[in-house]
Amino acid sequence: MIDRRLSGAYAIAGIGETPVGKLPEYTTTGLALLAIRAAIRDAGLALGDVDGIVADQPNNVPYRAYALALARNLGLRPGYATDIALGGASPIGCVAHAIMAIAAGLCHTVVCVHTQKQATGRAEARRGHLYDGLEDYEEPFGLTSAVSQHATVAARHMHDFGTTSEQLAAVAVAFRKHAALNPAATMRTPITVADVLASRWVTKPLHLLDCCLVSDGAGAVVVTSSERARNLRKPPIYVAGFGLGYTQGPLEMPALTTLGSAQSSAVAYAMSGLRPADVDFAELYDCFTIIPLVTLEDYGFCAKGEGGAFVSDGRIELGGALPVNTHGGLLSQGHVEGMLHLTEAVKQLRGGEVEPERQVPDPRIGIVSGHGATLSAHATLLLTNESPA
Amino acid sequence: MSEQTAVPAGDADSKPFWESCARHAMELQRCTECLRFRYPPRPVCPHCLSDRTAWLPVAGTGTVYVQLGVYPRGKDAPPEPLGLTMVELDEGVRMWSNVVGARADDVRIGDRVRLVYEDVGTAALPRFTLERADAVR
Repeated sequence: MIDRRLSGAYAIAGIGETPVGKLPEYTTTGLALLAIRAAIRDAGLALGDVDGIVADQPNNVPYRAYALALARNLGLRPGYATDIALGGASPIGCVAHAIMAIAAGLCHTVVCVHTQKQATGRAEARRGHLYDGLEDYEEPFGLTSAVSQHATVAARHMHDFGTTSEQLAAVAVAFRKHAALNPAATMRTPITVADVLASRWVTKPLHLLDCCLVSDGAGAVVVTSSERARNLRKPPIYVAGFGLGYTQGPLEMPALTTLGSAQSSAVAYAMSGLRPADVDFAELYDCFTIIPLVTLEDYGFCAKGEGGAFVSDGRIELGGALPVNTHGGLLSQGHVEGMLHLTEAVKQLRGGEVEPERQVPDPRIGIVSGHGATLSAHATLLLTNESPA
Repeated sequence: MSEQTAVPAGDADSKPFWESCARHAMELQRCTECLRFRYPPRPVCPHCLSDRTAWLPVAGTGTVYVQLGVYPRGKDAPPEPLGLTMVELDEGVRMWSNVVGARADDVRIGDRVRLVYEDVGTAALPRFTLERADAVR
């Protein structure tokens, strides 16, 4: 039974971002510390006000206990600290765990962080990559990339529902249009559907421009009670609802065209009492173009199988009915495992924190998604700037 | 088909699978309580939690569930994609493999396939061929 009392009781009080792109001059942990510093300062807090830390492990450096490594670096003696291991669903997973820890009385103000140096930091890894445990059944047959894992969803969606490469391309085109308005984005030159289709195949049916960037960067958010957040520097952005969802990954999930996003959004809607029609904009995890398309279906913005039509004709662009990835997303802004989807949603809801041309007009409610661990984890966050009744 | 042909050494859970492939008689685990097959190998049934398992030979027939074309990178990379296939076996489990003897682009979801083996030293990898008569050979 979802506890609806959680809805609106907790808020994001601060956000922090580092630059994204190729950042050889920073270390992975250095980026995390800079993002945490920025988020705590943004909230108007001091280090001593923070008593919880929840971290997502960097993809390029396998740590045994990353939150504890960060706590040591910050001199924190937290009431709650843990790592969340949900791949790209981790940033929202961190916020969910922060809320659960605060609700349990273990701490009152938690910093959630993700950092990675996938572009220039892989040499830092000393023990190789992180494992899914399926490598023996994948690598001998040539399955060695996240692109191929996600191409399964595209192939089945195209087969089952007639979704086209042009419709997938429309997703990349929309997010690039938004990135062009975002000085912090890595890829800012506008592209067309024809450009996407002309880009080289990586794993058919996905072209290069269907695939996200590989970046260095970090992001952090501060989570606390709404009561505390109201007395801080920035207006609180309330967590109206959150949800987590899981599948078994491509080999064993029942259908490749329904992700954990169906489960996670159902929980978030139930907690918040909100419906898709209440949502003003969406920041959706977009490792590959097919994923936000399927997420829109699973979230109830259109019926299953209609995602291809939904993303065409500018509906998901700024000025459209449901602007998606107003910062450019993983496809064009940069890849910090979805943490910057979260910070972007907060900026949109605060108002006045992004370039005027990419501000959603007077938004009240935004939905954020995370997706990861080879299609086996998904997370949904509903945020609002309206004070709970 | 794939360029990567190394056969895993296997572990306590998977050794019977790889050994059966080496004998060209692939076996999968079937739960002796709920009678459902499972793959990849593990000591506990994901349907009923039973630890009672029999290794049974498979019929060797299945259907293409997903067909992908992986484009290799590099100067000497072939222009043709390598086929990467998720096969749904008639036993009801899916496995990653490759359809051999056909261009990656000529294999389609729904195609019926039959199990074959590729010897690699004393081990073997399970692969598939198209049953379709018009398949490009």
